[in-house]
Amino acid sequence: MKQLLLSLLLLLLANTLSAGVWNSPHNTDQPSENILFTSFSSPVKHLDPVISYNSAEWGIIGQIYEPPLQYNYLKRPYVLEPATLTAMPEVHYLDKNGQTVDVTSKNIAFSEYIFHLRDDIRFQPHPSFVKDTEGRQRYAKLTGDELDDITSLDDFALNDSRLLQANDYIYAIKRMAVRQNHSPILDSMMAYIIGLKDYSKDITNKVKALKKDKKIVDLRSSEISGIKQLDPLTFSIRIKGVYPQFLYWMSMNFFAPIPWEADLFYQQAGLKEKNLTLDSFPVGTGPYYLAENNPNKQMRLVANPNFHTELYPSLSPEEQKASGVPDEMLVDSGKPMPFIKEVIYSLEKESIPLWNKFLQGYYDSSGIASEAFDQTINISTTGAMGLSPEMEKRGITLRSAIVPSIYYMAFNMVDPVVGGYSESNQKLRQAISIAIHYEEYISIFRNDRGIAAQGPIPPGIFGYDDSLAGHNNYVYDSVEGKSERKPIAYAKQLLTEAGYPNGTSSKTGKPLTIHYDATSAGPDQRAQLDWMRKQFKKLGILLVIRNSDYNRFQDKIRNGSTQMFMWGWNADYPDPENFLFLLYGGNAAVDTGGSGINSSNYKNPEFDRLFDQMNTMENSPERLAIIQQMLEIARKDSPWIWGFHPKSLGLYHHWFGNAWPNQMANNTMKYKRIDDKKRRDLQSQWNQPVLLPIIVFFILIIGIIYPLLRAYRKRQAFVIQTQ
Amino acid sequence: MLNYIIRRVLYAIPILIGVNLLTFLLFFMVNSPDDIARSQLGAKQISPQQITAWKVKRGYDKPLFYNAETKEEGVLASLTDTLFVKESLALFIFDFGFSDAGRNIATDIKQRMWPSLQIALPSFIIGLTTNISLALLIVLFRGSVLDTTTMIIAVMIMSISGLFYIIAGQVLFSKLWHWFPISGFESGIGGIKFVILPVLIGVFGGIGSGVRWYRSLFLEQINQDYVRTARAKGLTELRVLFGHVLPNGMLPILTGVVVVLPSLFMGSLIMESFFGIPGLGSYTIDAINAQDFSIVKSMVFLGAVLYIIGLLLTDISYTLFDPRVKLS
Repeated sequence: MKQLLLSLLLLLLANTLSAGVWNSPHNTDQPSENILFTSFSSPVKHLDPVISYNSAEWGIIGQIYEPPLQYNYLKRPYVLEPATLTAMPEVHYLDKNGQTVDVTSKNIAFSEYIFHLRDDIRFQPHPSFVKDTEGRQRYAKLTGDELDDITSLDDFALNDSRLLQANDYIYAIKRMAVRQNHSPILDSMMAYIIGLKDYSKDITNKVKALKKDKKIVDLRSSEISGIKQLDPLTFSIRIKGVYPQFLYWMSMNFFAPIPWEADLFYQQAGLKEKNLTLDSFPVGTGPYYLAENNPNKQMRLVANPNFHTELYPSLSPEEQKASGVPDEMLVDSGKPMPFIKEVIYSLEKESIPLWNKFLQGYYDSSGIASEAFDQTINISTTGAMGLSPEMEKRGITLRSAIVPSIYYMAFNMVDPVVGGYSESNQKLRQAISIAIHYEEYISIFRNDRGIAAQGPIPPGIFGYDDSLAGHNNYVYDSVEGKSERKPIAYAKQLLTEAGYPNGTSSKTGKPLTIHYDATSAGPDQRAQLDWMRKQFKKLGILLVIRNSDYNRFQDKIRNGSTQMFMWGWNADYPDPENFLFLLYGGNAAVDTGGSGINSSNYKNPEFDRLFDQMNTMENSPERLAIIQQMLEIARKDSPWIWGFHPKSLGLYHHWFGNAWPNQMANNTMKYKRIDDKKRRDLQSQWNQPVLLPIIVFFILIIGIIYPLLRAYRKRQAFVIQTQ
Repeated sequence: MLNYIIRRVLYAIPILIGVNLLTFLLFFMVNSPDDIARSQLGAKQISPQQITAWKVKRGYDKPLFYNAETKEEGVLASLTDTLFVKESLALFIFDFGFSDAGRNIATDIKQRMWPSLQIALPSFIIGLTTNISLALLIVLFRGSVLDTTTMIIAVMIMSISGLFYIIAGQVLFSKLWHWFPISGFESGIGGIKFVILPVLIGVFGGIGSGVRWYRSLFLEQINQDYVRTARAKGLTELRVLFGHVLPNGMLPILTGVVVVLPSLFMGSLIMESFFGIPGLGSYTIDAINAQDFSIVKSMVFLGAVLYIIGLLLTDISYTLFDPRVKLS
């Protein structure tokens, strides 16, 4: 037994020593292979493209599924391009009789998009495609005995594949229509896709009955009137009116193809019991397939052997200059993708282990946690961010980008104190907007990772104007060609004109008190709230913080029972409509039973009229002019204090190639590459075990045991002598 | 003894109903079914139809404790056609059902209890052995500088948050000395390197309280007559300690030890989170954060069952280690 234990220990020791480094969180041979190591911060809940609406989940789904369109990886501003299509979709405009009309016609009742698929796209290998000798799905009706031996998809002896067809996209939209599938965009799409609403109602009832009888739901036999298969590789979608943003939706995973075979396969109760569902094991045509899904530990993507030919993008010199793309990003132009064989996502809930593993070279890229910011980033006197010498020494690359998002502070426009549209109401909000010094906020609480917003539209989105002309004249002055926040004296003057001299109501003589709803409770948040109080105090306004949990906070916003609160929005697609609709009157939360996205309940008829006009336009100087009018109206009304647009910082080891920030695309893994030899060498160099403490530890132990032993022996000898 | 066990099992039923009731009350005081639906749907804009559809699918459309709609069918129907009864009954046959995100909870528990055990069991065994050994060593040198110094160190160890040991351990052993991975997990023999650091930290963090407690237990024994007799017979101090003091001191130790044995399955909340161990501790924390009531109630129920089993085992172990104790 002793010998066995000793052999085992020696074997373990030999194994550890042969690995070169002891602290690797990966298997011994992994770093020498073409594998990318990355992380996720919370367990992934949904991988069903119809259900998922979460950026972390999309980071995985995006590599597996292929919607018809995708964003060009390198070009800026963001441009859509075909993903599985032969060309961008054709669009036809139709009148109410279905006759084709010109784009300029006022009789446009419908837009019809026609999608032509490539003929060389195949699904990943999957057991659901396997057929028996009679042509039926081999694994569609698994018996109890067969299920006993199955715990993962690897337990199926056979896999097969088939070509992608137009019906797979149509099937996905049908799945979206089933209420029981909880697609988050179903209600939005019902407003556009012809026949989707009726189909949804009908199919939802049918599914309810089928599920009650525990029957499989097969959506192939039902049809949505506005969606047609024109031939095996072509389909059309008819939508109401003109809605150019529809194409952006077609780049999202909601419109990714779903093979009916997989849908039927995963509906088997026995597989669901074993957590084998379409929600956990996707079936796509993308560059990778999910080989392992342990949402509590690790997700593993492996290159799809059936992936079609797709080449790394090229840019003309003009496009390269316009997009600000460095030369090293174009080294792989024209080469087939994906470059990486395998991607391993590991669950890292805490930022400290994640950061340390990145520094040890065990993760290939990382963001920057606040606690590591000073160690990582040097900010020059001009405010430019650069890497600290320690990071530069390690050959780490920093890439930053403004995220197409906004964090704003909203006034509830139906509130009698801070809301309303009179001149005095406007001046009160403008005064507060000046007093809240967002540049200071960004510097203190965001480590300069962000820029103060001038309106709802972030940089990189059509309608954003970085010049002085595009700045908010109600908060900023133009001084010597630079934008400067208006002085606090001016804000006080506005406050006086609003009827609150020195923060006291001229009508009641009582100090102005504003309630700020927040969900924060931690020390960091408390510092922010203290800072916020001080900003209001500049104007003599008393800010009362009302803390509540997130559920109650949301309730308050839905009910319109707030005065002020902070919230944010991430772009769904790079169009100004996706930000301006946050201020559209028709979306006001209180008027829509809480489901509207306009949480400040802002309603300006002129703004709404211009929104309706702008909404259906393609990007053009005319559209830009309308957007500028809308921004002027909104800035004057000031329903929001415009807050800030965050800046994302990404760190990449120099063996990680083609890492280019793309805030809209989710399918970026296929573009990236790893130099695994360089990585292994540096990991080994950076992680050699320090042995001195072990020696010191043993000396210390001996140093303690020896005198104790002597003392014990002496005592025993003394006892014996005494006796 | 069989009668005693049966009686204890029957006593457990109202306790478990009470635990379940409390879980329901506490959870739904903070989260309404609409909140849960919103959290699970996770979309930016959620329509009332989506919320209703989700609640119907998951059974959250039923009232919590009393269904007025079924009043005509009798009081029993009104009380049973409720969320509480629907969710609770299945638990008593250990049918945990599916999580609010749609995963089979029993399958998840079966998978996740092994990583928890992989950390908890060695921590427990090594911790117990270390604490008892150190306590005996201190008792051996009682009243000496070693005794005083060790007790001061023990109090210091107890006074520092466990989180500190985790972070300090990760920095020292993983970041600076490169001995172990900072975090991660593998099952099987390849996973030993991931287990060593959390086990070391777990053992070290427990030394303070463990050693102090065991020391006081052994000191109680050391002045007993039987110990004096053993010494008088000429036994060495080590033989006295290991042959007489230790076995007699084991009874109160067992009380504390056996009761926690079943709970080892439940894992450690913080340790699993920091070391990326996919055990049941992090499962519970994730469920609370995700407002996943199905998992929360299952884990609370399971925890209560295991605790009751632990208490029962303690009682039984008394009879094994002390023949004077009879269960009736």
